Amino acid sequence: MTTPHPFTRREFLRSGLVLASAAASVPSFINSSALAMNRAAGGLSSVPGVPEDHVLVVIQLSGGNDGLNTVIPYGMDDYYKARPNIGIAAKDALKLSGADGVGLHPQLAPLHDLYDNGELAVIQGVGYPNPNRSHFKSMDIWQTADIGATGDGWLGRYFDAECCGFGKGESGTPDGAPKPEAAGPPGIAVGRSAPLAMEGRKIKPVAFESAELFKWSGADIHKTLREPYESLNNRIQGEGPAARKGSNSEFLLRTALDAQVSSDLIRKAVAKKPQTAFPGSDIGRQLGMVASMIRAGLKTRVYYVTHGSFDTHSAQGGAQGRHGQLLNQFAAALKAFYTDLKAQGNDGRVMTMSFSEFGRRVAQNKSQGTDHGTAAPMFIAGPMVKKGVIGEHPSLRDLDEGDLKYKLDFRSVYAGVLEGWLKADSKTILEGTFKPVQVLAKKA
Amino acid sequence: MNWLTQPATPEPKTDPAELSLDNPVPPPSDDMEPSLRPIRKQDFGYEQARHLLWRAGLGGSEQQIRLLVSWGPEKSVEYLLNPDKVEYPWPKDDAFDKNIMHPPTAEEREMYRKAQRAQDEDTLAEVRAERQRREQEDRRQMRDVQKWWLKRLIETPRPLEEKMTLFWHGLFATNYRTIENSYHMFQQNQLFRKHSLGSYAELLRGIIRDPAMLAYLNNNQSKKDKPNENLAREIMELFSLGVGNYTERDIKEGARALTGYTFEDDGFVFEKKNHDTGVKTILSNTGPLDGDGFVKAILAQSACPKYITRRLYSYFVADVPPDERGGDKELPSAQRKVLQQLAYAFGESRYQVKPLLRKLFLSEHFYEARFMNDQIKSPVMLAVGAVRSLNAPVRDLTIVSDALDLMGQNIFYPPSVKGWDGGRSWINTSTLFVRQNTLAFFLSGKKPQGYDSSADTQKYDVTKLLDNADGESLIAKGDVPGVADAMLRLTLGWTPKAGRDALLEFVKSNGGKLDERVLMGMLLVVTAMPEYQLC
Repeated sequence: MTTPHPFTRREFLRSGLVLASAAASVPSFINSSALAMNRAAGGLSSVPGVPEDHVLVVIQLSGGNDGLNTVIPYGMDDYYKARPNIGIAAKDALKLSGADGVGLHPQLAPLHDLYDNGELAVIQGVGYPNPNRSHFKSMDIWQTADIGATGDGWLGRYFDAECCGFGKGESGTPDGAPKPEAAGPPGIAVGRSAPLAMEGRKIKPVAFESAELFKWSGADIHKTLREPYESLNNRIQGEGPAARKGSNSEFLLRTALDAQVSSDLIRKAVAKKPQTAFPGSDIGRQLGMVASMIRAGLKTRVYYVTHGSFDTHSAQGGAQGRHGQLLNQFAAALKAFYTDLKAQGNDGRVMTMSFSEFGRRVAQNKSQGTDHGTAAPMFIAGPMVKKGVIGEHPSLRDLDEGDLKYKLDFRSVYAGVLEGWLKADSKTILEGTFKPVQVLAKKA
Repeated sequence: MNWLTQPATPEPKTDPAELSLDNPVPPPSDDMEPSLRPIRKQDFGYEQARHLLWRAGLGGSEQQIRLLVSWGPEKSVEYLLNPDKVEYPWPKDDAFDKNIMHPPTAEEREMYRKAQRAQDEDTLAEVRAERQRREQEDRRQMRDVQKWWLKRLIETPRPLEEKMTLFWHGLFATNYRTIENSYHMFQQNQLFRKHSLGSYAELLRGIIRDPAMLAYLNNNQSKKDKPNENLAREIMELFSLGVGNYTERDIKEGARALTGYTFEDDGFVFEKKNHDTGVKTILSNTGPLDGDGFVKAILAQSACPKYITRRLYSYFVADVPPDERGGDKELPSAQRKVLQQLAYAFGESRYQVKPLLRKLFLSEHFYEARFMNDQIKSPVMLAVGAVRSLNAPVRDLTIVSDALDLMGQNIFYPPSVKGWDGGRSWINTSTLFVRQNTLAFFLSGKKPQGYDSSADTQKYDVTKLLDNADGESLIAKGDVPGVADAMLRLTLGWTPKAGRDALLEFVKSNGGKLDERVLMGMLLVVTAMPEYQLC
């Protein structure tokens, strides 16, 4: 057996005491990241006013969520004319206090509770000029925050600009490479691959379907493989080219060590059952994982989850039915998420934003469904939000070839979240000037 | 049927005299940089042959490495540089459908207009549905083109041809997502292959006629009275000169020169009525310049051979800043001189790629210890190189191409016109696991989670891994330390002690015998070492 290095990763994880004694002899990158991790373990829970503590959770509703059957314009006759079979009756819509003529889909009752608690903002008529009706293209537009759908992801640019979310100017390495991720990577996406939205130039997100996949699969082939694998991926001192400072070999050795620490940290975090019962839906499972990671004190700034199948071309149903089910899964999971965060004492640190690549056409089609459309509402949740309905509902008369005309550019919403919540410069990140929507109740 | 774009106007012949540089790269003041001396045959051993196969090729097996050692440096390099002399019966038939994304016909347009006027929602919905169906079909074909190229990368006996094709794809980065035409992407790939080891000047003339590029950088929307500057800008900034070697005015004038360069269906057309015939001044060349005049003005700049040489050097040897001003001070003076002399030779040769690479691959410089085993493999190099060098079976290409995406190099989908950053940007904690797990899949056939749970049944015979050409087997001899060293040498290029210790311990704890299971285990461990990410 190879002699284990006297200061292995496991010992760092165990206590700060070991750290203190090791400090003199270990490379600085290990030292500083382990210290950061130790702080994290001490409980970051609620330190109000410290920007580093703010977390954003993005929920992507994939497939084009039918906005008109999400926030119901029950006060407009045209709505019922356009949707004779799938329209939601005025009596069923959950009224939103302070807003006239619009209400939530009855299956969004859990979201309505958040609204009544002052923890939900409904932003109406969000879209962009010359809407694209391809799922693919429009999703890229939302994710890059670029009408040409090119470039890095908007959250990726945020990570790049803010140096991993570990505080400006901390990226210190000479080549601008990100800092070790020992306290959790800046962005985590739950899913097989990371969304374009999180791809930065320098900073790449971590993505995993389940935390069990965020590790080497070779050890599952035979158990005796684990030991040599771990010994070779936990080396602090390299030989050959890795002994040369600044070499790529040295960088690889360091990243391998980071990956092991990150993998341990995340898998341990997710293994802990949430304090709240989350619904059994996939979005429930995903938000349950996120709640566990937040509870474990990861310094991750942005989490990204996805809820799919909103492409309701046929038989989408009305107050009951397929679309309603999807909405209910979304709402129930989000409510459980905030219940759990409250129990943790972390609710004040976490803002959640939902979006979809487009809404659907105003008129139902012949298959009792709806086809690809344009503008739609977004939700922003959390105790810090400016409660209420933001913006104006698009007209159902003044249409563009049967589609809604957007009232608010989605990049203004992003700007509001970036400026208000993440304390970042939205002009740099969005590569343009968009008037930030005020999403916070007061200065956070 | 034609594989390549047929330009509507004949491609201009290169007149060598036209290509002389306005501001030639000054000939290096001193004598030849000593490290550019050719490597001697006796210095070209296993490590050097392996290095050449990985850097100038797509990885090499034990048998291939030994073959190159026996050939010596010159014959080995000539083999790689002359793909046309290597027989390679690749199906010549055009397997891809060029009509999926054809533009609407006059009748279709008329029908759509009528439906719009009549507010005939049913017809409009049908048209939209049809368009979506086509887009879907085209994305499917794009996946086929990806797999086609991957298979070629894995199987080709002409590795440098494909490696250069990948280089040009990264330099002239074009993303399918934007242009949504798989056939154009395929055509562009063939263009890169055609000029893979030929003349950069010819390729640059080809690229301003390439439908995929013209669409990607909006030149098809560039009109005489409203020139679009996108293509002119990116050509100078990213494809030829680098920032700081042109002015905003050159971009504006360049855009005018490129007006009217567009395409119809799958071929280039020059739209005379949209071309600005007026006098322009680009990089101090004045005249009624067209696209070729624009290219010619660029090729006459000394910045051009310097920029392309540096890009090639970063691709094949080690990362260097794209420009002398970008941190050359940090480079050892010998390396700076190598870059200068190569750039000079490239300009002198009228942008012929082959002589430049010959000089480089034969130089002592290329084999210096500090460059060996310290380049981060791109995802394509990792995946393709693993299959080629370990003689692993070619597994489900859909999974391989998905893995490339997860590792950050989805071919035909570069993240932007800048291409892939490469180097350290390939590696983070997330991609490192994907890289290690992709290797585990190649070797064991155990599919990554998310695919059907059946294992890929193609068997991988690991016992042949280290056989030499005479069929002599180190493994059959049961020499455990010998096998451990040979395996490390093949996979990593050297034998780190930590790896050796771990392997010996692993064999011991499994009974000490080199059976198939143990050998597979050893290889799984080695390919999950951080060092395996390097070549």
